[in-house]
Amino acid sequence: MSIWEYANPKKFITTTERVMPALWVAAVVCIVGGLIWGFFFTGDEVRQGATVKIIYLHVPTAMLAINIWVMMLVTSLVWLVRRHHVSALAARAAAPIGMVMTLIALATGAIWGQPTWGTWWVWDPRLTSFLILFLFYLGYMALWEAIEDADTAADLTSFLCLVGSVFALLSRYAVNFWNQGLHQGASIMRVGAVIGTDTEEKVNNVYFYPLMLCILGFVLLFVALVFYRTGTEIRARRIKALLARERVMA
Amino acid sequence: MIALLMRDLRLAMRAGGGFGLGLAFFLIVTVMVPLSVGPQAALLGSIAPGVLWLGALLACLLSLDRLLALDWEDGSLDLLATAPLPLEAAVSVKALAHWITTGLPLVLAAPVLGVLLNLPLPGFKWVMISLLLGTPALSVIGTFGAALTVGLKRGGLLMSLLVMPLYMPTLIFGAEVARRGAIGMDIQTPLLMLAGISAASIALLPFASAAVLRINLR
Repeated sequence: MSIWEYANPKKFITTTERVMPALWVAAVVCIVGGLIWGFFFTGDEVRQGATVKIIYLHVPTAMLAINIWVMMLVTSLVWLVRRHHVSALAARAAAPIGMVMTLIALATGAIWGQPTWGTWWVWDPRLTSFLILFLFYLGYMALWEAIEDADTAADLTSFLCLVGSVFALLSRYAVNFWNQGLHQGASIMRVGAVIGTDTEEKVNNVYFYPLMLCILGFVLLFVALVFYRTGTEIRARRIKALLARERVMA
Repeated sequence: MIALLMRDLRLAMRAGGGFGLGLAFFLIVTVMVPLSVGPQAALLGSIAPGVLWLGALLACLLSLDRLLALDWEDGSLDLLATAPLPLEAAVSVKALAHWITTGLPLVLAAPVLGVLLNLPLPGFKWVMISLLLGTPALSVIGTFGAALTVGLKRGGLLMSLLVMPLYMPTLIFGAEVARRGAIGMDIQTPLLMLAGISAASIALLPFASAAVLRINLR
């Protein structure tokens, strides 16, 4: 029993199809529950009013936007080292999801920024680096689409993902240096948050629990989507192989 | 290696304007800026460092298309790959040739264009220094982008999309050095970061470019 068993496409598809219904249900329950709890059963914040409630969409999508790229980096490395096709296809499947998450985070941030900061967009380090991340997703997807041979495409995009990760990280600190911004610092992933107590620098527990539920829901949604899309990619490749074989036979 | 470098340089000199093309483009961009934002001297002076950096970056990007694509078309890239020279070295030499034909002229031309943009006096030195430090990184990163897209028909536009995000840290630190230098602020931190990016890119990216090129030549 090892994780590499799932590099077998057939095993991957049968296993993921068995867990996917549960994943979908859990994701929907968590997101809907978290959003309803967040929107209707928590009070308005003292200074920000009702606008604070956008964090239930903004924070999970922003976290995923970054972590999906990290996941693509890991799967790309697995593909380059161990040549498992499922790994490369999972990276391909994850990219559009990551792009959409980045877009949602940017859009909700803008919608929140208008009433709170008085502007839709500022050239703040976090905002700017997210825009750059969005461009990285675009380039990555465009490269996948542009190359016909599947293995070549997987190799080239993996290298782009590797080099891109280094430069994305570099951009993050470059823009930080270039302009100090408005965006608040990290206020969830602190020691106080993990053990669930209210501390000075942490989001209040009233907002913290529904937010955690939303984050969990979005992560589950992402996992379900990646399984689903990877399965589609595997099947699309099988169809291509079958068509090619048919052409040879005829 | 030297033979390859001389060959690339000669090709760039003789092949219909390849050498001056980037320079001319740099000039045109610089002329366009006052036309688009208006000719107020104070405004131009304050945006001059950034404009010079953006112009240099675009001129660099423009010439990347010919870096590997021509050799790919006539098959000399396959010869290079099978030659006794490691492909990493060949890629580095090609990046060096690209820098000599586009980066270096840009560095030398920047002060002249600085006059057109009313660049403040202390800015001239720092614009030149920052470009001198930054353009090698642009060439090496560009070579990676060119190697990624070399097998594609009409890969130029795609290459711009891939290379631009990679250029961003270099642009930020380079333009920051020039901007701070022009108004007499402390430039040490961005200057060191810029030099660090260049050094790291030159040291590491040829391996990535060569690996990508091998995949494309497979």
